[in-house]
Amino acid sequence: MTDATQAPPAAAPKTGLAALEIDTRLLGMIGAFVLIALAFHLASDGRFVTPRNLFNLTIQTASVAIMATGMVFIIVMRHIDLSVGSVLATCSAVMAMVQTVVVPDWLGAGLGSPLIAPIAIAFGLAAGAAIGAFHGWLIGYLTIPAFIVTLGGLLIWRNVAWYLTNGQTIGPLDQTFQLFGGINGTLGTTWSWILGLIASVAAIAALWSARRNKVAHNFPVKPLWAEGAVAAIVVGGILGFVALLNAYSVPERVLERRFEAEGLTMPAGYSEGYGVPISIVLLIAVAIVMTVIAKRTRFGRYIFATGGNPDAAELSGIDTRMLTVKVFALMGILCAISAVVASARLTNHSNDIGILDELRVIAAAVIGGTALKGGVGTIYGAIIGALIMQSLQSGMAMVGVDAPLQNIVVGAVLVAAVLIDIWYRKRTGARD
Amino acid sequence: MAKEHVKAPVDRSGTPLVSLEDISIAFGGIQAVDKVSLDLYPGEVVGLLGHNGAGKSTLIKCLSGAYQRDSGTIRIDGEVADIGSPSDARRYNIETIYQTLALADNLDAPSNLFLGRELTTPLGLVDDAKMEAETRKIMARLNPNFRKINEPVSALSGGQRQSVAIARAVYFNARILIMDEPTAALGVHETAMVADLIKELKAQGLGIFLISHDTREMMDLCDRVSVMKNGKMVGTEKVEDVTEDDILSMIILGKNPVREAA
Repeated sequence: MTDATQAPPAAAPKTGLAALEIDTRLLGMIGAFVLIALAFHLASDGRFVTPRNLFNLTIQTASVAIMATGMVFIIVMRHIDLSVGSVLATCSAVMAMVQTVVVPDWLGAGLGSPLIAPIAIAFGLAAGAAIGAFHGWLIGYLTIPAFIVTLGGLLIWRNVAWYLTNGQTIGPLDQTFQLFGGINGTLGTTWSWILGLIASVAAIAALWSARRNKVAHNFPVKPLWAEGAVAAIVVGGILGFVALLNAYSVPERVLERRFEAEGLTMPAGYSEGYGVPISIVLLIAVAIVMTVIAKRTRFGRYIFATGGNPDAAELSGIDTRMLTVKVFALMGILCAISAVVASARLTNHSNDIGILDELRVIAAAVIGGTALKGGVGTIYGAIIGALIMQSLQSGMAMVGVDAPLQNIVVGAVLVAAVLIDIWYRKRTGARD
Repeated sequence: MAKEHVKAPVDRSGTPLVSLEDISIAFGGIQAVDKVSLDLYPGEVVGLLGHNGAGKSTLIKCLSGAYQRDSGTIRIDGEVADIGSPSDARRYNIETIYQTLALADNLDAPSNLFLGRELTTPLGLVDDAKMEAETRKIMARLNPNFRKINEPVSALSGGQRQSVAIARAVYFNARILIMDEPTAALGVHETAMVADLIKELKAQGLGIFLISHDTREMMDLCDRVSVMKNGKMVGTEKVEDVTEDDILSMIILGKNPVREAA
């Protein structure tokens, strides 16, 4: 398997918790997140674990989390990408110019045209893919170290973005485009429940087909009760998450304004929940696609093989140079998706968008258990890593920790997380 | 030395399975392999001997596609073969077991066995269950003690890792097998296991190039031995025509006592 943290199969049938075969690292990270949340909850007089704050936390996490899934592949291949924040800025600048100048003026479609958002996003994705592929070509074919190529990229793309917009802040962005930002685009309660149910059914189907596949090959399977318990935890998690986001109500004055805009008066006692933000739907889709790539495609298998032993990969006939181009192009595409989310959340493109994101993204991947030596890392780990980073940051802001101290704490947590990871690998005997 | 050469004589009347003709390759002005020619027949084990840096591994890497030769011709079954990369070599059913065991330590045995040639589902996704089942099947034959199917191969012993590498060659129906010091990292029992396996594969009609420093092992396993020194071929002799001392003097002096005495 690509996951080196897997527990070794024991000969005797497992009982109790061990029968669930839940990844202990995943449990550890969720435990860390719960601890952080509870600590801030107590320190902030009960303001942290509220629908409102958790809603905001998820939409603040989305942009970094999306890029962190790509950073896992980069680091697994023993590379690094320091340019993601700047590539995000260039993609954002391209999309801002396309939707405010190119489509409305040059193509004469006018502001507010429904064509604007899809065309802008298509250009952003193309720009991200092209920049990433170019980095990958320099690294894979011209053998310039990734550290240098992307350090250069960090400076270059930040300032290409500046030239594209003449350093101006571009906004407000297109209304449809803004739907990807978070609070301005949510599914509403009904659709959120429908999404939650579909996700639950899909999760159960996936667990079931995995079990059937094992039975077909006469491999040992978990006891049925354990399978049921895992399914219950997963479904409970999904529906609990939906319930939480649905519980955050749209403020009354926002609803009133919406009714007024349609010339109606709001019925007394009317309320509406936000539900799942579209940016989170996007993050979940990215997470699923990236996990499938990592675990179930040749492309993903080759990324992990190359990270584990580049020579072995090459001798096995894997074109590691082209693989490098593809992995960096994928990173570029994810930067573009994050650029959509980040600029839509801010409702404009500004020069400082995505600044220092490269460090947050790398930290998220590393906190999530991606080994800098290469060969080891998980997508879900990186997403939880991003969530932990964002919780620390917004939690400290909430309890009024000084800004400099916030960064000191985040830095210390990053170093401590890697130390804990080293201990964990030593104890479980996994490769470090 | 005990003369227990009850080996079936190799039929060398037909077309050689592999012909290396005047192979040369240089690295930065150093002629690593200098116009070396060598044949291999079906069901034959040819041993390559020589000091470190004599050019054995380099020669063989030209056949396995890991290096691109500067000049010379490779023929497979008499036809000129175009080998420029490891995947080209695989197309000719040439499999290599490297000294350094080309395994990805972070992946498990099935992923390594099928690396670069994964079995896939109709949707094009890798079929881990199928690959695991196939791995269990072939391991039951090659190394019945092999249990750690689902663990990263870094958790395996040298012998177990070697059996993953050998399983890869056997599973994909190698016709030409290159073994670069296959027993260098192994214990006594595991070495005997590899030796048995070499005899079995030979009986199945595979041609095997074996690189080793252990002259006695080579006398036991090989039908012919070739000695290289400083990138040149000193000589190729049938094992029944030479003694261990003859081979040693070829390695050390770079001269062929059999030919010079004649």
